[in-house]
Amino acid sequence: MKRFAIRRRPRRAIIAATTAATLAAALAGCSGDSQDPNTVTIAYQKFGSFVAADTLFKKVKKDFEAANPDATVELRAIEAPAEDYQTQVNLMNQSGSEAPDLIYEDSFTINQDADAGYLRPLDEYWDKWEDAERFNEQADAAVTGLDGKRYGALLGTDTRGLWYNKKLLEKAGVKTPWEPKDWDEILETARTLKSKLGKDVIPLHVPSGQPQGEEASMQGFQMLHTGTAEGDSGGLLFDEKAKKWIVGDPGFVDSLEFVKSVYGGDLSLDEQDALNANVSTINNEQRIPDGELAISMNGSWVPQAWIDSANKPWPEWQDTMEFVPMPTKDGQDPGATSLSGGWTLAMGAKATDPDLSWKVMAEAMNQENATKFAIEGAQVPVRDDIADDPKFSKAPAVNDVANELIDVTHFRPAYSEYPKVSIAITKAMEAVMLGEASPAEAAKTYDEEVAKIVGDDKVVKAGG
Amino acid sequence: MASTTVAAPEGRKGGTRPSGRPSARRGGVASWLLPLAPALFLMLVFFAGPIIWTVWVSFTNAALTGVNAAQPEFVGLANFTELFADPKFREATLLTVVFLLGSGVVGQTVLGLGLALLLQNRHPAARMVVSTVVVGAWVVPEVVAGLLWVVFLEREGGLNGVFEFLGAAPVNWLYTAPLFAVILANVWKGTAFSMMTYSAGLSEIPSYLKEAARVDGASTLQVVWHIVLPLLRRTIATTLMLVTLQTVQVFTLIYVMTAGGPGERSTTLPLLMYKEALQFGDLGYGTTVALALLIVAGLFSAAYVKMLRPEEVR
Repeated sequence: MKRFAIRRRPRRAIIAATTAATLAAALAGCSGDSQDPNTVTIAYQKFGSFVAADTLFKKVKKDFEAANPDATVELRAIEAPAEDYQTQVNLMNQSGSEAPDLIYEDSFTINQDADAGYLRPLDEYWDKWEDAERFNEQADAAVTGLDGKRYGALLGTDTRGLWYNKKLLEKAGVKTPWEPKDWDEILETARTLKSKLGKDVIPLHVPSGQPQGEEASMQGFQMLHTGTAEGDSGGLLFDEKAKKWIVGDPGFVDSLEFVKSVYGGDLSLDEQDALNANVSTINNEQRIPDGELAISMNGSWVPQAWIDSANKPWPEWQDTMEFVPMPTKDGQDPGATSLSGGWTLAMGAKATDPDLSWKVMAEAMNQENATKFAIEGAQVPVRDDIADDPKFSKAPAVNDVANELIDVTHFRPAYSEYPKVSIAITKAMEAVMLGEASPAEAAKTYDEEVAKIVGDDKVVKAGG
Repeated sequence: MASTTVAAPEGRKGGTRPSGRPSARRGGVASWLLPLAPALFLMLVFFAGPIIWTVWVSFTNAALTGVNAAQPEFVGLANFTELFADPKFREATLLTVVFLLGSGVVGQTVLGLGLALLLQNRHPAARMVVSTVVVGAWVVPEVVAGLLWVVFLEREGGLNGVFEFLGAAPVNWLYTAPLFAVILANVWKGTAFSMMTYSAGLSEIPSYLKEAARVDGASTLQVVWHIVLPLLRRTIATTLMLVTLQTVQVFTLIYVMTAGGPGERSTTLPLLMYKEALQFGDLGYGTTVALALLIVAGLFSAAYVKMLRPEEVR
C-alpha cells in the first residue's frame, strides 16, 4: 500500500501540472492579441489574373524592411474571389490576434467596415502627409465615411466599357472601329456575329448571376441600369436627396430585358458557363486570347491579364482588342455610361502600431509604387503625378478611352446596405438568365428584397 | 489501477478503512474535479461554448460587418419569424429532406445493407476486393470526392464521353440535375459506412437461426425478411440515425460540386446557412438556420427511434 501512496504523489503533480498547462494554453489561445508590435501585417487579394497587389506588396516588404531593419512586413495573400476575400478579412477582423494591420479593401465596403469598427480613421496621418495633395478629389470622396472621416486611400480607380476583338468583328463584316450608339446596336452586332461566325465564337459576354457577385452587379447590371437614365431621372439605385433606396424603376426592368435578350437569345455563353465563378478569368485568359469571345463587357483593367507581367502574357492584344464606351439605352445624353470603383488601402482598427503601419502604407502609395500599381493593375490613376510619368504614359495597358470615361462615370451608392442590395441584383439577373422569372417578376422580387434589407421606411418608389 | 480487484472488498467499506487514502476524503470535490478539469474545460470551451453561443446569436442581429458587427442587438424571435416566412428556407428544407431520403436513407442504407448481405459468406478474396473499393470511396476526402464527381459529370466529363460513344447527346448533369448529381456522389461516398456497420451486425446473427429457418423450408428472401432484418433492427436504427446526422450536414461535397446552384436548386440547409452567415454576413440569421438544421435532424432521429423501437419498452 505504501508503494501506492508514494506513487500517487507524482501522478497527482503531473495531473495538476497538465491541467495548469492546458488551461494556460487554452486561455492564451483565447485571449489572443499576442502580435509583435514591430510586425505590420497586410491582407490582400490575389486571384486569377489579378496579381498586381501581390507584386506591389512584395516590393513594399522588401524596400521597407531594408530601410527599417527592426520592422517586419508580413504578407497575407488571400487567394479567393472578391466576395470570399471580404468574408475572410471580416473574420480576421473579428479576432484580436488575426486582425490585419493594413487591408487591401474594395472602396464599396469601406462604409460598412467603418460602421463595424474594423477600420481606423486616417485623418491624423493624412493631413500631415506631404503627398496627400497629389490625390484627386474623387479619390478622397470614395474613402470618406458617412461620418466625414477618412478610412483609407484609393490606390487607383477604373472605368468600365466594352472590349471587342477587332479581327473577329471584321471577319463577320462589322465595320470597325465599332462604336455602338445604343443597346440595340450591340444586340444587332451580336446577332450578326452569331450568324456569320457560327458556334466557335461567343458573340457577347455580360457578367450576370450570383456566382460573379459584385462583378455581375457592377460590370453587368449597373452598366445597363445607369444607361437608362433620362436626364436626371431614372437609372439609380439610391436617391441621394431622400436618402432612400429606389424601387419600382422601369429602367430596372429594361436592364433585365437586355440580360434576357443576351442569354435568352443565345448571344452569350451557355448559362452554365456564364454562372461559373471563374468566368472572368477564363474569358480574359483563354476565350479572348483564343479568339472565342468577340465582345466582353468588362473593366478597363482587363489588359492586366495580357501584359508581360501577367500569368499568361498575350502580346498580340494590342493589335486585336479595342475598348469602347458602353452606350446609353437609346443613345440619349450623354451617349455613354460607365461605372467606377477601385480598391483602397485601409488600416485595421486593431493595428498593433498605427504609426509604423502608416509608414508602410505611405510607402505603398508613394509615387513610384503607385505608378507601378497603376501600370500592372491597369488602373486609372488617382495621383496627379502619375499621368505625366513617362513610365506610365508609355505603358501598353494605358487606355485613353478608359481615362476619358471618368467624365460620364458613376459611383456605386456604397452605403452599409449596398453589398446586400447588390446581391439582390445578381439574384434578379440569375432568375432572368435561367428563365425562372420574367424581367418584371424578377424586378418585383428585387423590390421586395430591398425593402426587407433596408427596411420599408427606407425605400422610395421611382419618380415618386 | 492494478489494485482495484484486490482492494475491492475493502473498498466497499469506504471510510472505515483505517490505512486507506485519507486524502480522498479530505480532498472532497477537488479529488474528482481536479483530474476531470482538463476534459471538462475542453468540453465546455470547445463543445458547449459554441452551442450556447449559436443559440444566443440566433436571438441577435449579429453580423460579419456593418453596424451590427460592432453592436449586435437582441432581437427576440425576429430571426425565427423571418425564417418561417422565408420561401428560401422552405425550399432548402425540402431539398435537404430529398437529399437525405435519396442519399442517406434509400441510397446508403439500402445499398449498404444490400452489399453487406451479398458479401456474407462469400469468398474472402471477393469480400476483400469489394470492401476495398467501397471503403476506398469513403476514405477519399470530401473535396477530392467532389472534384472527382465534377470531372465525371461535367459537360466534357467521363459520363458524357460514354454517352457520346453510345450516340446520345451530352448532358451537363451538374447544371440540369444538380440535386441528383450530389445525391449520387454522396451515395458513392457514404455507402461504405453503412456497409461496414451492417456487415458487423450480420456477423452477430447466430447462423443456427438461419439454418433452422431453412430447414423449415424458408427461401433466402424469407430468411432475410423474417430472421435477419428483425434481428438487425437495432443496427438499422443506429446506422440510420448516424447516416442521417452525417447527411444533413453535408456541405463540402455540395459546395464543391454545385455551390448550391444553379439558382438555388441544390441549396440545402447547410449551404443556406453558409450563404446567410458568411456570404451575406448575417450571422444572426445564419445561426438560426443552423438551429433549424438541428431540428430537422432531430425530428428524423426521433422518427427512427420510434419507428424501429422494439415492442418492449426500452
